[in-house]
Parts: sequence; structure tokens; C-alpha cells
Amino acid sequence: MPVERLLKDDATEEKGERARMASFVGAMAIADLVKTTLGPKGMDKILQSTGRGRNITVTNDGATILKSLHIDNPAAKVLVDISKVQDDEVGDGTTSVVVLAGELLREAEKLVSMKIHPMTIIAGYRMAVECARDALLRKAMDNKQDSEKFRSDLMNIAMTTLSSKILSQDKEYFARLAVDAVLRLKGSTNLEAIQILKKPGGSLGDSFLDEGFILDKKIGIGQPKRIENANILVANTAMDTDKVKIYGARVRVDSMSKVAEIEAAEKQKMREKVQKIIAHGINCFINRQLIYNFPEELFADAGILAIEHADFEGIERLALVTGGEIASTFDNPESVKLGHCKLIEEIMIGEDKLIKFSGVEMGQACTIVLRGASAHVLDEAERSLHDALCVLTQTVADSRVLLGGGWPEMLMAKEVDELARKTPGKRSHAIDAFSRALQAIPTIIADNAGLDSAELVSQLRAEHHKEGSNAGIDVITGGVGDMQKLGISESFKVKQAVLLSATEAAEMILRVDEIITCAPRRREDRM
Amino acid sequence: MALAFDEYGRPFIILKEQERKSRLRGLDAQKANIAAGRAVARILRTSLGPKGMDKMLQSPDGDVIITNDGATILEQMDVDNQIAKLMVELSRSQDYEIGDGTTGVVVMAGSLLEQAEKLLERGIHPLRVAEGYEVASRIAFDHLEKISQKFEFGPDNIEPLVQTCMTTLSSKIVNRCKRALAEIAVKAVLAVADLERKDVNLDLIKVEGKVGGKLEDTELIYGIVVDKDMSHPQMPKRIEDANIAILTCPFEPPKPKTKHKVDIDTVEKFQTLREQERKYFDDMVQKCKDVGATLVICQWGFDDEANHLLMHRNLPAVRWVGGVELELIAIATGGRIVPRFQELSPEKLGRAGIVREKSFGTTKDRMLYIEQCANSRAVTIFIRGGNKMMIEETKRSLHDALCVARNLIRNNSIVYGGGSAEISCSVAVEAAADRHPGVEQYAIRSFAEALDAIPLALAENSGLPPIDTLTAVKAQQIKENNPFCGIDCNDVGTNDMKEQNVFETLIGKQQQILLATQVVKMILKIDDVISPSEY
Repeated sequence: MPVERLLKDDATEEKGERARMASFVGAMAIADLVKTTLGPKGMDKILQSTGRGRNITVTNDGATILKSLHIDNPAAKVLVDISKVQDDEVGDGTTSVVVLAGELLREAEKLVSMKIHPMTIIAGYRMAVECARDALLRKAMDNKQDSEKFRSDLMNIAMTTLSSKILSQDKEYFARLAVDAVLRLKGSTNLEAIQILKKPGGSLGDSFLDEGFILDKKIGIGQPKRIENANILVANTAMDTDKVKIYGARVRVDSMSKVAEIEAAEKQKMREKVQKIIAHGINCFINRQLIYNFPEELFADAGILAIEHADFEGIERLALVTGGEIASTFDNPESVKLGHCKLIEEIMIGEDKLIKFSGVEMGQACTIVLRGASAHVLDEAERSLHDALCVLTQTVADSRVLLGGGWPEMLMAKEVDELARKTPGKRSHAIDAFSRALQAIPTIIADNAGLDSAELVSQLRAEHHKEGSNAGIDVITGGVGDMQKLGISESFKVKQAVLLSATEAAEMILRVDEIITCAPRRREDRM
Repeated sequence: MALAFDEYGRPFIILKEQERKSRLRGLDAQKANIAAGRAVARILRTSLGPKGMDKMLQSPDGDVIITNDGATILEQMDVDNQIAKLMVELSRSQDYEIGDGTTGVVVMAGSLLEQAEKLLERGIHPLRVAEGYEVASRIAFDHLEKISQKFEFGPDNIEPLVQTCMTTLSSKIVNRCKRALAEIAVKAVLAVADLERKDVNLDLIKVEGKVGGKLEDTELIYGIVVDKDMSHPQMPKRIEDANIAILTCPFEPPKPKTKHKVDIDTVEKFQTLREQERKYFDDMVQKCKDVGATLVICQWGFDDEANHLLMHRNLPAVRWVGGVELELIAIATGGRIVPRFQELSPEKLGRAGIVREKSFGTTKDRMLYIEQCANSRAVTIFIRGGNKMMIEETKRSLHDALCVARNLIRNNSIVYGGGSAEISCSVAVEAAADRHPGVEQYAIRSFAEALDAIPLALAENSGLPPIDTLTAVKAQQIKENNPFCGIDCNDVGTNDMKEQNVFETLIGKQQQILLATQVVKMILKIDDVISPSEY
């Protein structure tokens, strides 16, 4: 007797093969979606938001694309999730991870239709991933000791990362920007010290790296435009009216004259506060909150540069780079640490006036000013640069480097192939499939570049059969090239993260044999 | 719907709006209920055992959960049928009581219902079936006791515990590094266990997850991890030998609960009030400083001014720490939670060897580690994993493993897994059935058959021919008189679960049988289902 209504009304249930098909199809659809953006000749996507204004984004970044999609298929959501995590964790390889997971599932689908149990496939994949990782570990190069070489490694990595992005025209220039910026951090992975400012106008080539710190604010009227040897007080305090914070306090008066008195007292209080601030011996005061005209005027009288309304991040960064502390009380000037810098001046970028702090105490900070024709270009440039910076900082932390251009994939595929030959039992099919999935990545790179992928990949494979080969796909000439000579490198950490999380995700989706979708929560009518 | 008539032949309304309700009674009701119960069991059946598959569940809000844990699946499924809800309850109570075996208990109940249906068709009264099941469950319960083995472990010999936890974890997605996780679980439980009283308070184990990294990076921290950072970006990131003040009062001017107004009508008042406010902030910080605190952990927020004063006086602080975490910190550091600044005193401070802030990945995620605490009885398991779902599933799996370890500390009897205990019980119940007079004999025999469902499902999920395997193992058990033969799910090559080191806790197994029997009895007793029909 059939069971009626086990689940709620709109809930659906998919079982066994159908469930597996549904998740495979969903995951592969997502992988195919971002597939064309892979590699140096990958194409971009336009995303239009459904929100007000129908903003559009043009991007090549896998994580950004997937983040903006509204997806209903649960398996697809798993892939979106891994791409997000890849972005958070290593910053680059967001497309590769999804594509690899998609390829692994595509191969798994074939095996399932050959009546191989998903658990067997998973067991095979696990063996394969271990073997592939070992292969990568063996081949990774570490040039940490040799700073000259390390720098060139970093340059290569940055260029490889940027070559698939909108910045590829000026990749050498931007790679140098990024490497310089990251090396200034001196090993810390704190990307906060690198500020990226976007100013429309000019061309991408006009972008530059500035040693100091640039604050996108104007200097108050009547205040000095240029200060040398500045002592800076960074504050987070109310400079509008200093409210009494004791709860329930309010002013209750019975005559106009009293109002005037209290107003005067308030003014006096503000004046005292300003006096106290001035007593710190500063010539520049930067506040997170508003500064009203009255205190501003007082500051101007004292010849102090006062900047209001710096955003919170700006304040933190400023405090970090100038070496000052963020102050909120001003009673003991002797113990407050002030920030210092050699020179504060107003500069013009395009039509905007900005304030530049140069010669700051902490040499780690720098600002990259991006110029470009439109806001979309700038946004994409920022994302690309962010990717490059992330990869570089990760490489500084873990200095192992691999070659690029499909080299690591072919290398892993070869090792995994050998493992498949040695493994008895059904698992060897799965291991075989893993190697095919790995080879799909160079295939896609070649396809996206409009090359004859079948020919190229088979050449590559033959090439890799020799010991110590450096062969990879040279997209520019359209043939097989020596990646070492071409200077195409990738970070070991990124590749490893791609490999591991893609396998993890594929495994997770493979294990599913039933999908239960609960009834969507009813939205209250907004009428 | 049956109508009743009074003595004049007028229809008589028994149920309110009875025409709008649907009603099932008698055998139909029982059959419908059984069908519903079996449908639930069927969903879980494929998740059983080390080769069991996962379920993907999409919640009403569109979030995706992938899990293999019976209790979680049923909870998220949002079932509508009343009997199905009973099964959900069943799995949940196993989860609360034992923490593991939530899938097994439902599969067991489903199979008992299936057998009951056959008996009902033969015309045996449901209550007789229920009674027979009751008798049989007693036999099985006692038999489990008989075949169970005690095993010794101590703080130095954790291997047996680790093995048992590994059995639990092997059915989950985390089985890739089950060894490491099992060790973490056992160490965590031993750290908080009271071996004298044989009790473990699992609340002292905090399981915290953070997306990113590898599963292998999961670690056990003898201390507390809080997902917070220092209130001021420039406070020190590392404090050694910290004296921690744990506060539940905000660093803000006081807000009396009674409504009041402070009227300012003269300049003097305005100034005194200002003075007071400044002094208030000063006092608060001074009090913390006076008792010798080097770190302040506060449940509430700070005013900007207070924040700077703290920073200024070199007193690092953490704000917006949740109540539960605050309690854990208090337990771990041996401090007292202080609700008022006036009540701060040096002995109320907690102590920790190292407090440090650690950042992760490219985003600005920071967490606070409080380690080497005065009282090491609170630990944190910090899970890393590729994505959110993975972490959630790891959390659930670890919870199961923790529960198993706890149960073993409470009662160190074990039975062997891989379906061996069920097969052995089945043989024992079958033998006992023949000696039982009366109609119940049939029910007892059916119970024995129902017990076979678990090894059958195990074999089926592992891709073995189920009936062949089961009969072979059963024959082997009787022939060799060895109750440890089970299904060789992992293709190791031996059927002896003792050799394979596959253990389960005795109380877990016993509870499974008792709970499943109870629910089945309850379902069998229902002979009338009245439900409001759809309109």
C-alpha cells in the first residue's frame, strides 16, 4: 500500500540513480559554466544583478561568477561552496577547483553506468589523490634561500595568475607592482597593509604603486596643504557635539538665557577637548567620526590638519602604518603613541584630490592606485590584483613552486596512471578515471585558446613520459613548450588546495544516493 | 465515516466536523501505519554501515546538508505523517541517550514492522504480536549481555577506545582520517572524564569549526577557542600567563533598569555630569587593573572611550563573547564570572598560560586561543575542512564518536559490530522461540527474522550478495560457536569482527533493541487514525 504524504506538500524526494543523475548533472552544468573562463585565453562573463539598478559585473574570476548565481540544484551548491572556500583560503584557482570537481564527477558518471559502486570509485579516487599529491610534493621547487631566484619565482607566479585576467596586457607591469607590494610586507600575510584605490580615468597602464598611504579624503579649508615631519593623532571620538553618555541625561531649562549658558558650556567643553588634542603636540588629526565646523575651525587656527570621517578600515590601516594608536580619550598626552610620517601632501589623481602620507614609520604599507577606463574595468582589475596578491602572500608563506601551463596536471596524471596499472581490482578503473579528469584541465586550456587539444595533450603526454620533463602548453605559440624557459609558474599551495578540495567535493556528491528537498518556506505576503 | 444514530434514527455527531475528517480504522489503520514506518526505514536503510551512502537534504531556506547520520536526516526531512514523526522521535531519543546507532535503530524498527505486517495478515492479534516482541526483546537484551566483553583501558591505554570510535567514524564521510579523528575524540573525552565517577560531561568539550584547510588539520586544543578578536586592533596578540577577568557587565555608563531622567538645568550640573562620566570610565578600567587582570573578557560591548582607555592602560580585552563560551572559559581558567565591577577581586580571576590570536586564510578571520588553562578540564576540538557542509558533517560524526567514548567510560562492555551481535541474537531468539508456548511463538520467531535485517542491509550496502553472505555467516556462527562473526564490509578477508577490531558499545546495542521494540509496540496498538482531511 503506497504511503500517502510522508513528507510535506511541496517537498520532493529523488532516490538512487535519479538522485545521482540529478546531482551529477547539476554539478557538471556548473563546471561547464565556468569552464570557458579557464586559462590565459579564457573568456569573461557578464553578470547582471536582479537588484535595483541592474548593475553589471564583467569578470573572469570563478568565485565571483559563482557567488552571484542563484542556484537551486543542491549539488551545484556544493561546488559553489568549494569555490568560495578556495577564494577565502588561497585566493586563486577558484575556477580550476570547480572544473576539476566537475571533471571528476563526469568520469564517475561513466563508471557508475558501468555498474561500479560509488564507494569503489571513492576508494579509487582517494588512492589517486594521495599519489598525485606525492607527485606534486616531489616535484615542487623551493627557492626560499636564494632571494634573487625567489623574486623571479614570484614574478613568474604573478604573471601566470594575471595572464588569465583583464590585466594580461600589462601583466609584467602589474606583476611587478604586486611583487613589490607583497615583498614589502616582509613575510606577513596581512593584506590589509596593501591598499587598493580605484580611480576611473586614464588607462590601466597609468596605475602605480605608491610607497606611502593614500587616503581618499579632502583637507579642510584653510588648513595647511603640506606638512613635513608630521605628528599624527589617529582618533575615534565624537567631534560633533560631545554627548553626555550617562543614560537618561537630558537638558531641561526654564529660560532662554540658560540655554545660551549651556550652549556656551558645551562649546567650552569642545574647546577644551580640542585644546587637549592640540596639547599632544600634533600637526595632523584624523578622526573616524565627523568633525563639525567649530572644532575644525579651531584646528585650522592652530595650524593643524584635521581630516574627518575616515572610514573604519582606513583608520585601522592608518594607525597601523603610521605606528600610532587609535585614541578616544585625551587626558594624558604623554602616554598616547602618536603616528609619524615624513610628509603629508595633497595630490591630484585625475580630478580628485587625495591626501598622501609618505615616509611612514612602517615600511610595509603601500597603496596601489588603479586607473582604468570604466568602473567595471577597475572592479575586475581589483579582483585580479587581489588574486595575484593572495597567491603571492601564500607563496611567501610556503615558498614551494610548481610550473604552470598544465604541467602539474600532466605530471600527476602520469603518476596516477602508473598507480592504476599496479592496482588490482575495480578501483583501478576509478584511478584511471582520476587521471583522465586531471588531463581534462590542459585540454580545456587548449580548447579555450582555440588550439587542437587532442593533438596537444597527447604530445604533452608523450613528452611527460620522459623523466624530468618541463613540458606544458604554450598558449601563445600554440604548441608544447618548456614551462621553465617560458617562466610560467604556479604556487604549490594553490595547486594542492585545488586538488584536495575538488576531490573532497566530488566524493561528497558521489556518496549521495537520495535527495530530499523540503517544502520551501512560505514567504509572508508583503501586502 | 461511520455514522451513529440515536433511538429516533437521527444522525448523531460524535466528532466535531466529522465530515471533514478522514478516518482509518482496524487493520487498515495498522497497515497504513506500518507502511509509513517502513517508508522511513527504507530511506535510512542505504545509509547503514561503512559503505552506506549519504543523503542530500535541502532545507526550506535552500541550504544544503549532506549527511549520513540517521537522526540528522530524519530531523531535516520535515516529515508530515504522524507515524513517520514517531520514527523521527525514536531516532532522536537514541541520539540523546546514546549518540550513536541512530540509523540502526530506525532500520530495526522498520524491519520489525515489516514482520508484524505478515503476522497481522495471518490473523494474529496486534497485541499478541506486541507481547511476543516484548518477550523476544528481553531475550535479545540478555543475550547481548552474555556475549559482551569487558575491556580494559586507562589513561595510558587508549587503544581500545580509539578502535571503537573508529568503528563509529568509519561509516561517515570523514573515514579518510578516522584514525586521527578517533584519537582526538578519545583524548578529548579522557581530558574531561571523571574516571572515578565514570562520568563525562560532554558540555565541556567544545566543537568549533572553521572553513578552510584540510580535514587533517583538525586539532584538539587543551583550552578554549573563541571566534572573536581583541576589541582594539592594536592590543597585543599574545599574552602569556594571563590573569583573566570574566565580566558580564558592559564597559559603558550604567543604565539603571528603572526609567529615570537626569535633568540638566545649570552649567554646573552639566560640568559635574561630564566629570562623573569621565571618572566612571576611569574607575571601571582601574578596578580591572587593580585586581591584577591582564586580559578582560566581556559579554557585552565597549564604549569607544572605554576601549581606548583599556588599550591605553595596556589591558587587552575581548568583547561580545557569548554566554556559553563565557562559562566554558570560566570553567577552563578556574575564574568566576563577575557581574559587577565592584565585585572584582584577585581570586575571581581565571588563569591561562597563553592567550593568542591566530588568523586564517586570506580573509580577516581571527580566532582567540586560550591555552594552558588552570583547569585543563575543558577542551576544544577545532575542525578544519574544505567546505561548510564537510565541517558540519564532521561535527556530527565527531559528536557520535564522543558519545561512544563516553558510553565506554560509563560502561566498558562491548559487543562486536558488523552485524555479528544481531546475528547472534537472532540465533538465540530463534532457539528460544521454539520453547515458547502460545501464539507469541510466531511473533518471537518474526523478531529473530527482523534482527537479520541489519546484517542484510550491511551486506547489501557493501555490494555483497545479501542472502548468501548472511546465511554463510550465520552457519559459521553456529558451527564454530563464535558470536563474533559478522559481515566483512570492508573486504578485509575475515569474518571475525574480533580480528577486525570492529566494536560497538553494549548499552548502545541494547538501547537500540529496546527502543525499536517499544516504538513498534506503540504503533501496533493504534487501531484508529483520525486526521483532519485536506481542504
